[in-house]
Amino acid sequence: MKKFVSLFLVLVMVSAVLCGCGDGSKKPGAEWNKGYEQRKLNNEIVVGIAQDLEDSLDPHQSSSAGTREVFFNIYEGLVKPNSAGELIYAVAEDMKLSSDGRTYTFYIREGVRFHNGQSVTAADVVYSIKRCADTSGGAPLVAAFSAIEDVKVVDEMTVDITIKARDLDFLSYLTVAIVPENAADLATKPCGTGPFKYVSRSPQENIIIERFDDYWGKKAELSRVTYKIYENAETLVMALKGGAIDLCAHLTSAQAKQLDEDYFQILEGTMNLVQAVYLNHKAAPFDNEQVRQALCYAIDRQQIMNFVADGHGTAVGSSMYPAFTKYFMPELTDYYKYDPAKAKKLLADAGYPNGFDMTIMVASNNKPHVDTAEVVAQQLRAIGINVTIQQVEWQTWYDEAYKGRNFQATIVGLDASNMTARALLERFTSTHSKNFTNYNNPDYDALFQQAISATDDAAQTAIYKQMQRELTETAANLYIQDLCDLVALREGLTGVEFYPTYVLDLSTVKFTK
Amino acid sequence: MKHAAKKLGLMLLTMLIVSFLAFLAFQIIPGDPTNTLLGSEATPERVAALRAELGLDRPFFVRYFDWITDFVQGDFGKSYSYSMPVADMLSGKLAVTLLLAAISFLLTVIVSIPLGILSADCGGWFDRIVTVLGQVTMAVPPFFIGILLTYLFGITLHWFTPGEFVSPGVDFWASAGYLVFPAAAIALPRIAMTVKMLRSGIMGELNKDYVRTSHSRGNTRRATLYRHVLRNAVVPTVAFLAMTIADIVAGSVVVEQVFAIPGLGRLLLSSISNRDYPVVQAIIVMMAFWVVLVNFVADLINQRLDPRLRLQ
Repeated sequence: MKKFVSLFLVLVMVSAVLCGCGDGSKKPGAEWNKGYEQRKLNNEIVVGIAQDLEDSLDPHQSSSAGTREVFFNIYEGLVKPNSAGELIYAVAEDMKLSSDGRTYTFYIREGVRFHNGQSVTAADVVYSIKRCADTSGGAPLVAAFSAIEDVKVVDEMTVDITIKARDLDFLSYLTVAIVPENAADLATKPCGTGPFKYVSRSPQENIIIERFDDYWGKKAELSRVTYKIYENAETLVMALKGGAIDLCAHLTSAQAKQLDEDYFQILEGTMNLVQAVYLNHKAAPFDNEQVRQALCYAIDRQQIMNFVADGHGTAVGSSMYPAFTKYFMPELTDYYKYDPAKAKKLLADAGYPNGFDMTIMVASNNKPHVDTAEVVAQQLRAIGINVTIQQVEWQTWYDEAYKGRNFQATIVGLDASNMTARALLERFTSTHSKNFTNYNNPDYDALFQQAISATDDAAQTAIYKQMQRELTETAANLYIQDLCDLVALREGLTGVEFYPTYVLDLSTVKFTK
Repeated sequence: MKHAAKKLGLMLLTMLIVSFLAFLAFQIIPGDPTNTLLGSEATPERVAALRAELGLDRPFFVRYFDWITDFVQGDFGKSYSYSMPVADMLSGKLAVTLLLAAISFLLTVIVSIPLGILSADCGGWFDRIVTVLGQVTMAVPPFFIGILLTYLFGITLHWFTPGEFVSPGVDFWASAGYLVFPAAAIALPRIAMTVKMLRSGIMGELNKDYVRTSHSRGNTRRATLYRHVLRNAVVPTVAFLAMTIADIVAGSVVVEQVFAIPGLGRLLLSSISNRDYPVVQAIIVMMAFWVVLVNFVADLINQRLDPRLRLQ
């Protein structure tokens, strides 16, 4: 009797919960729109983010992608990227480059104001650039600014920036935020020129920004945006389903699948990073090119994408992602066609007929990378390689693998810190401090030197392409994909644009009716 | 008096040891606050400069000593991640966690005491249902109960909007209304334990000789239960409840994640992963203080309720 009762009770509880999930999870009721209607009246939205801004709010000190994503709405540089990946004028309205390619003369746009009401002058621009180039802290805040020889005020609205040697990529670094010269405590009171101004923050809770009415360009549509932090993936989905969030980027396909299409549009972009199994070229047997090539043939990228993101994502074959249309080479993607038989043969030729043991280190906080590791492990086992997956905390991964270069293989996504091919390719030159894979190829190094000293863009592009080919042909890493980036946008909202960098431009987002 | 002084000394010593162990733990595990602050592209020179600025380049014992000297003077330092004083950061979070703990404790007491007594008093099918439900809730971890509650009350019934937390400073009652559900997730297993404890306490007492005496003097079973048995049976339960207060705060660390509540627990977890030492240390010492304090109070209550303990 007692057993029967308990069984019955458990069944009742489980079925109640299951009914709850099956029936209610997709169809929000009338209650669902209560908060939304209020927000619509106020012309404000809530954006869900998976991580708090945990570095400094000072735009020159902050480094994480998540922080840059929010700051894109608050700060601008002399130039800034648009959604097509081109640099457009922002604080500056025009620029002249001297004939030796070393002096950039910027003309500051009339009527650009900081959020504190002051007009932007040449002094503010010089201050901002100098602040980032300052070496008193050991190294400049923006590493590329070590190339600056001189920055000076020409007149109230004109600035000259002189660099030590011609560099076609230099302009792309001038996206650094322009801040007021007398700004006190930017780390807690951000003040820029962007379409939104900072209002307040509460750690682990929210960040609030408001439309800046004196913005020089097209003003933001929304009057207010609240970023809310949901570190737990389940909680984030439930907050979306419950109606607490109107917009959320960087969802996994598993998360997006749980949302009802009647209430959310799911927009698909790319994460703009190169996900690969990065190999340590100093760790045997990956010092052997034939072994690396064998591994390349053993990887089935479509299967990985199917498993990790229901087929979403874009396969890549070298250290470049498709959004860089100018540099991306689709022909490299299938350079190594999935062919386990050939992989086995190559492995045998290299002296490993019975395979070997290998360990893939992966940071446990990144679900797509962990999932990818599982599939890769299976695929490599098929050619006789005994793969162990080592999941570590991100800090450990960073210290051990990235900084310490103490790993055999690791899966991670590398992105470009600014919009140049150099940002992706320079790290594989043998002496670069971030060359954590220890890739050492004199031909590649020579190509890089040619690329940075090139005088015209077409020649430089051709060399950057040659460098990508070099990486592919030497099987530097097991290139996999540019992960998909899914954005959930509540029905009734529109205007999300994808950028080739990790930003979310909120100035164009608006209510449709 | 001597007893109280001894207790106080022990409290301080416990907190000192806990703070030292926390400090030591971060010395041993890999990771560095500059990793999150400066990101992966930082040059070694900048990392070194920032480490010097934060004082991380000094020897371990010097750092610990400096930290503890400031701490006892009420200077909790500045958060690395948020560049704001730790004390300012914690005050808001503490209010949230305390409110959550208070609601959770209230739920535990209000539900478990009557349920325990009724369960022992009525017996039969009621007792059986309570026991089985108790077994089930005790077996399910709070974060999972949290997810179930969100589905049921948030997504299906719309009694609250998941993820739409309002801080108590803005709207106290809306905040408390939201916190009822996470509080229930924390309270449920504790309710089950308390009921079980109270029920078996009463059952045990009912078998004692004085109960038979009381019956033989003409008292009814119910009168004996409420007038004599309960007084004895409730002693260990009250002590247990006092201990739950400490437990609830620990449980909130997990549940705050599930319900997206910006309390101490979430701050603790994120500070640990960012190696934001000043914040971690302050929260850990605060939690240690809480546990030690609650233990102390539980002792006092026990002594009041049970005169036999006062002699020790």
